[in-house]
Amino acid sequence: MSVPGNSSASPATPALTNPKRLAYYPGCSQSGTAAEYDISTRACCAELGLELVDVPDWTCCGSTPAHTVDHHLAGALAARNLRQAEATGCERMATPCPSCLAALRTAGHHLHQEAYRAEVEHLLGGPAPQESTAISVLQALVENIGPEAIATAVKKPLTGLRVAPYYGCIMNRPPELMAFDDPENPTAMDRILAACGATVVPYPFKTECCGAAFGMPRLDVMQRLSARLLAMAEECGADVVVVACPLCQMNLDLRRGQVNSAAKADYRMPVPYFTQLLGLALGLPESSLCLDKLVLDLRPALARAEERERKRAEESAAQNGAKPCKPGDASHKEDAPCA
Amino acid sequence: MQNSRQNPLRTVDLAAMRDEAFQAAVASESGQLLASCYQCGNCTAGCAYTHDYDIPVHQVMRLVQLGHRERALSCRSIWLCATCQACTTRCPNNIDVARVMDVLRHMARRAGHAPEPTVKTFTDGFLASVARHGRVFEAGLAAVFAIKSGKPLQDAGLGPAMLSRGKLAFLPHEPEGQGKAEVAAIFERFYARKKQGGGE
Amino acid sequence: MRIGVMVCHCGNNIAATVDVEAVAAAAREFPDVVFATDHMYACSDPGQKSIEQVITDMKLDGVVVASCSPRMHEATFRRAVERAGLNRYMFEMANIREHVAWISLDRRRNTEKATDLVRMAVEKLRHNRPLTAKSFDVQKRVLIVGGGVAGVQAALDCADGGLDVVLVERKQAIGGIMSKLDKTFPTIDCSVCVLGPKMVDVGQHPRITLHTLSEVEEVSGYVGNFEVTVRKKTPYVDWTKCTGCGACLEKCPSKKVPDSFNENVSFCTAINIPFPQAIPKRAAIDPAHCRQFTKGKCGVCQKVCPADAIDYTMQDEVVTEKVGAIIAATGLDLFDHTKCGEYGGGRYPDVITSLAYERMLSASGPTAGHIKRPSDGKEPKTVVFISCVGSRDRSLDRPYCSNFCCMYTAKQAILTRDHIPDSKAYVFYMDIRANGKGYEEFVRRAQEEYAVEYVRGRVAQVYPQAGPDGPQLLVRGADTLLGTQVEIAADLVVLAVGVEASKGAGSLAEKLRISYDHYGFFLEGHPKLKPVETNTAGVYLAGCCQAPKDIPSSVAQASAAAGKVLSLLSKDKLESDPQIAMVTGNRCIGCGKCERTCPFGAIRMREMRDGSQRAEVVETVCQGCGICSVTCPVRAIQLQHFTDSQLLAEVNALCRTWDETSE
Repeated sequence: MSVPGNSSASPATPALTNPKRLAYYPGCSQSGTAAEYDISTRACCAELGLELVDVPDWTCCGSTPAHTVDHHLAGALAARNLRQAEATGCERMATPCPSCLAALRTAGHHLHQEAYRAEVEHLLGGPAPQESTAISVLQALVENIGPEAIATAVKKPLTGLRVAPYYGCIMNRPPELMAFDDPENPTAMDRILAACGATVVPYPFKTECCGAAFGMPRLDVMQRLSARLLAMAEECGADVVVVACPLCQMNLDLRRGQVNSAAKADYRMPVPYFTQLLGLALGLPESSLCLDKLVLDLRPALARAEERERKRAEESAAQNGAKPCKPGDASHKEDAPCA
Repeated sequence: MQNSRQNPLRTVDLAAMRDEAFQAAVASESGQLLASCYQCGNCTAGCAYTHDYDIPVHQVMRLVQLGHRERALSCRSIWLCATCQACTTRCPNNIDVARVMDVLRHMARRAGHAPEPTVKTFTDGFLASVARHGRVFEAGLAAVFAIKSGKPLQDAGLGPAMLSRGKLAFLPHEPEGQGKAEVAAIFERFYARKKQGGGE
Repeated sequence: MRIGVMVCHCGNNIAATVDVEAVAAAAREFPDVVFATDHMYACSDPGQKSIEQVITDMKLDGVVVASCSPRMHEATFRRAVERAGLNRYMFEMANIREHVAWISLDRRRNTEKATDLVRMAVEKLRHNRPLTAKSFDVQKRVLIVGGGVAGVQAALDCADGGLDVVLVERKQAIGGIMSKLDKTFPTIDCSVCVLGPKMVDVGQHPRITLHTLSEVEEVSGYVGNFEVTVRKKTPYVDWTKCTGCGACLEKCPSKKVPDSFNENVSFCTAINIPFPQAIPKRAAIDPAHCRQFTKGKCGVCQKVCPADAIDYTMQDEVVTEKVGAIIAATGLDLFDHTKCGEYGGGRYPDVITSLAYERMLSASGPTAGHIKRPSDGKEPKTVVFISCVGSRDRSLDRPYCSNFCCMYTAKQAILTRDHIPDSKAYVFYMDIRANGKGYEEFVRRAQEEYAVEYVRGRVAQVYPQAGPDGPQLLVRGADTLLGTQVEIAADLVVLAVGVEASKGAGSLAEKLRISYDHYGFFLEGHPKLKPVETNTAGVYLAGCCQAPKDIPSSVAQASAAAGKVLSLLSKDKLESDPQIAMVTGNRCIGCGKCERTCPFGAIRMREMRDGSQRAEVVETVCQGCGICSVTCPVRAIQLQHFTDSQLLAEVNALCRTWDETSE
């Protein structure tokens, strides 16, 4: 288990000869319903100097459906992409999607067993790679770039924006397999968002399941689970729920109407990808982050946060007289009334 | 199975119900030491799907421990597990519970169980889409699911929002090279293997 | 040489699967064997009598008994041959029970193997020679490491028995965990009220020397003659002058020091006396928080001290103590609950450990015995207890049961209901382990009389949630009896944290040259028959350093250890075991390999007149392990009673039979 706050010093990082160059596996959703995740990921990485080399001719990783049907089939579908990734010559392969990540890492994990490998190689019709180099884009940003470097690159801090970071169930679990961040209280996204100047609210459901792929087959189940996440985000006073998973995003955003109607509620908070908020903070144009692809508009939340921040600054200026407190200034903590 | 003539109280005859081949198969296919489960209930406690399960996950583990094949393979729970890994993460005995659920699902499929038909339809549709295009064709999958599941209008309301945001591609986004053919070949070999294995 | 052989039936233990008469018959053909027979129970009184009789009648020089493990009865038979006038080392034992009868049902092959073992024993005996123990003076003093209830009890028992006692405690005051407890189960006695008088006795006993704020640095020597160096950390207060009046505590300006005695629930001053009943009741400065040390100026305590006892320049002191025996009573540490992220320990202030709760319950604790939750000081109306936090959990590498959490949880639940009558207490448990006297009844009282709700299942998650009267913690668990998920909105969550070996236990074990397990608990000499001894002569165990145990068990083990020490040191002289290493001087080439490999420091290199080096065995330190013997490149160092020629005689005897059977 990794210790929160310690992941930037992960032992894997110093061993990389070229931490600024990664193979990139977008995953099926990112070429369709989650295009904005792919586009904003590419934009942020480019801005931060992280070179993404597309895995050539990539195919579906198998995702959840494959492993629920057969472990060898799942292994073969994932292993083909691990093999394609080897062609890029990169040490690590990043994927934005936790579901792809889980499939790719699970395959790598089990390929160490001879019988499993033999069967996978039979299905694959050729040798499978020795291990999986897959990590999440989130891990790449935290380990290969780091929150400190991100903080220095921030041009438009998201000051005052109250964000509930929602990691989804498999970004860090099970810890033995994913080997990144804390499985019960992950903080990688927290640290990136804090580096962007946002206020990270303590969101207790960081890793609770949203209903995953049950949106289609068992809408009722997904509705209940997603509503619970939104209710908690509201209780925490979040302006937005920030996600790192296309399936979570679809359930919480695109399917919001379905969730609200089942819950007899009217949750309105937008659900951007963390890469979209990061891009905003880095000063990237909204068009390159595809904010317009979000079903629930992000802009009112941003405007509200800005307005709230402005008022607070005014109030504290009035209270403090000649000593206005700069928003986002970390040097003012306990003593400052605006903190 | 139990013989009700000899067992008028219909108690569960532990010896008669034990299917040792099933126990051994679950253990070897999942790679888990099933005897190490001491029924603490942590898996059930953390499972987001307990409400929808017909048998809570710790009892599924118990059925496997006792070798009650029929009840374990015919339950709905194994189809409703989303592999969210809460159980595996928190098991104090290091059992990969989610993998056990996976293995039970595989066995249930082979035995012809499908108590959650829409889940099976979705999974089959997903894999068919991958087999055909090399990647998932989301719009195609949604359309096929809508027809086969008998819920054609469930997600119809999402259409406009998706259309206006350019989220609905009407053509599959297929791999540029040999990927499509290679994935098709993987599936071919997989189905051939299943035929060899028989009974699937 | 005239050798007699007796083959034991051990009732049916051996005779069922070994033809003992055939073994005896075969033995009669072995060289030098003049007599062989079988016996129903060789170890019984008649069995021993017949051995003695046969030695006299047949004028035997040595005896072989083929029976059980030498760990069982070697001493018994040695005494028997000694009574008949033989040297006790002119006796050999062949283990045909544990090594033969109990591990195979094949009677023919068992009989063959038993015969082989007897043949080997006879061959060894033919190479044995009488050995005599030497005697040496002993120090009639005992060192006790650790001043918790076990150490306190052992110290008092030893001192009352007439021994001088040196008690070393790492913390500023003795009393250990027990001094932190509010009440004890199952009697709901006030913990410090029953422990306090014992602590006072320790402080006043003329035979007890107390070193607190001290740690054992080095241990050398051997049973009867240990030499121990103790580092006494400086309290920056001259304890010969300090009266414990507490004036310094009142005036100390550094008041925000986490109070470790109160499990960091509250704060104390940088100069402090941990609790009112502290023994010794003396102040000590924590230099990590004292302004005089952190900022270089303050000096308030020095100014206000009426006894002029404060001295910021004081240094650590190192003292050497000579003792004849040592009792390790280093106690326990608690599992770090922040490792269980799912319970939010460390993140949510109202999720606390059981010991922190205990301090809260205590009248002398930080809340003066009022239960107040840390976040807002409100009195909790719903308290949830979670059992087995860091116990019985392989995923946390803590697979063992911590022994007493079930009981203190029941006690804390009862006390909760007692303190706050309109409160509700829930206990999540997996199994209730209540196997002490009156324990089961106590748990039943919690359930029946105090209406504590026991829920059978583990908790998966604790998270904050808004309640009707402010923030609460939602506890989500399973009720496996119902087969459902359950949840409770709690005001306070108490984690029944498990027991770990005391930090630094491993390094102390290495200094004492005793074994410890994977978790750091010290290993007893035998799990059944030597529960307070260790494998190092003169070192004994008491309390939780050996395994998690509750107060009565710790006290019992402490008294047992004291009894062992008293009987050991009741003799003026001790006999050394002659089964030790011996150097053949003219063979030794002085390479020093034996000195480096000896785990007991029992070998010294001595310079000869010609300037060459020779190894020399310190007879009283050598434990007879034989490592030196196999290390020596020139076979100059031999373990008495297990010399190369004796072992080779056994091997040859075995190989000869193999040759015969293979032909």
